[in-house]
Amino acid sequence: MSIFTHLGKYYILMAQAFAKPDKFKVVWKRVIDEMEAIGIGSIPIVAILSVFMGAVTLLQMAYNFSNPLVPDYTEGLATRDTMILEFAPTIISLILAGKVGSAIAGNLGTMKVTEQIDALEIMGVNPQSYLIMPKVVAALCVFPFIVVIAIFLGTFGGYVAALLTGVVSVEKYVFGIQYDFEPFYVTYALIKAEFFALIITSVSSYQGFITSGGAKEVGDSGTRAVVYSCIIILLFDLILTQLLLTV
Amino acid sequence: MITVENISKSFETKDVLKDINLDLKRGEVNMIIGKSGAGKSVLLKCLVGLFDVDKGRILYDDRPFSEMGYQKKKEIRKEVGMLFQGSALFDSKTVLENVMFPLTIFSDKSPEEIKERALFCLRRVNIEEHADHLFPAEISGGMQKRVAIARAIALQPRYLFCDEPNSGLDPQTSIVIDNLIKEITVELDITTVVISHDMNSVMEISDTISFIHNGQKWWEGSRDDIMTTDNQEVVDFVYASNFMKTLRENFNKG
Repeated sequence: MSIFTHLGKYYILMAQAFAKPDKFKVVWKRVIDEMEAIGIGSIPIVAILSVFMGAVTLLQMAYNFSNPLVPDYTEGLATRDTMILEFAPTIISLILAGKVGSAIAGNLGTMKVTEQIDALEIMGVNPQSYLIMPKVVAALCVFPFIVVIAIFLGTFGGYVAALLTGVVSVEKYVFGIQYDFEPFYVTYALIKAEFFALIITSVSSYQGFITSGGAKEVGDSGTRAVVYSCIIILLFDLILTQLLLTV
Repeated sequence: MITVENISKSFETKDVLKDINLDLKRGEVNMIIGKSGAGKSVLLKCLVGLFDVDKGRILYDDRPFSEMGYQKKKEIRKEVGMLFQGSALFDSKTVLENVMFPLTIFSDKSPEEIKERALFCLRRVNIEEHADHLFPAEISGGMQKRVAIARAIALQPRYLFCDEPNSGLDPQTSIVIDNLIKEITVELDITTVVISHDMNSVMEISDTISFIHNGQKWWEGSRDDIMTTDNQEVVDFVYASNFMKTLRENFNKG
């Protein structure tokens, strides 16, 4: 299939997914369940990654900013801005593309090859709306929170690194993370989080829905979901940064 | 009653179904048989609307199902129950939740009434009470089929489709499933269509038999007709085993 065929099929799938649901109460319950699976289920990995990313970022900043002309608080400032601008929204989304994306594609792919999606359709249920919409809505709701948690834990990781290694004094680090704070950077991070949430859930759902065959094809769909989500995230990272941060 | 009028279906250059006509009667088990690759499953998928037909039309009690739009088809689908070859139970839901699912989506009943109806359907297919809260992966293949039947009848369908209901089951469990299908067809007075390879099922529960060969309806008749037919393709398919050959010889000897 050509890229245009895939784009057309993806568009049709999303249009079907956002058609009026059969019963709002049922869909709402599914949204809550998906928020738990996508959001709560991802917090441990996000927390571990963020703390270590923040810590490593501070160490690298300290190593690179050893010039006496650069003020001491720069390491804290740079760690904070790196976490807000790139690491929390983009790197965490890439990690979630692996965790959430492969789970979505695997789950929907298995449902497709075991005829569970056909069963929904024959019952008169819109399978796209029942299965995909709650995942997308749930991700759009929880991703901003996950990014905010990642920002906090990343800067906390930097604090821990400063405390344990002494490469920067804790006072200077705390001063640095408060210095010259630009609130729009957080808005920028949250906008990126929303785009990436949509990309991960919709691309992975599409890969799940076009699965046919057996176990091998379900595995292939999971792999494609992760690879394509990551590439599209990086592409949109570039586009959004150009649109939102350049004057 | 389901009427199939001259339907054809192709995939790229391959003609899978060619000009098929069928009358699938209410209150009867309408069996569709044929070799692997003959087009039975495609025919079933066309009947339930998973595939659009290229030519011809399908009528559900004179309602032109194959010509309807998505919303109208959806209304008819609420009257359809289907038993899939692999059961197709939702593996993230328990046995009880699987049967409650169509009721939760489409009925305006209270949660208590929905549960009561689901339990009634489960008891009808002889699922023991302790199995209600098990997941599909925790029950046997035969039980999965029975739960799938319970789910299919939960909304009191007018049409029941069964795709290879006995595949992967032992002979004893197959008879249980066959008898359930037959009993439900008579009890609810519904149009039942069964796709099967299992000649035991064909002889046990079929009222009418349609033999599909190379995408065409090759032969049609009753259980007795199949014992006496001289249609070579039917004879080659049905009487492939020595046991069936002997059975036919004995039947024809009287």
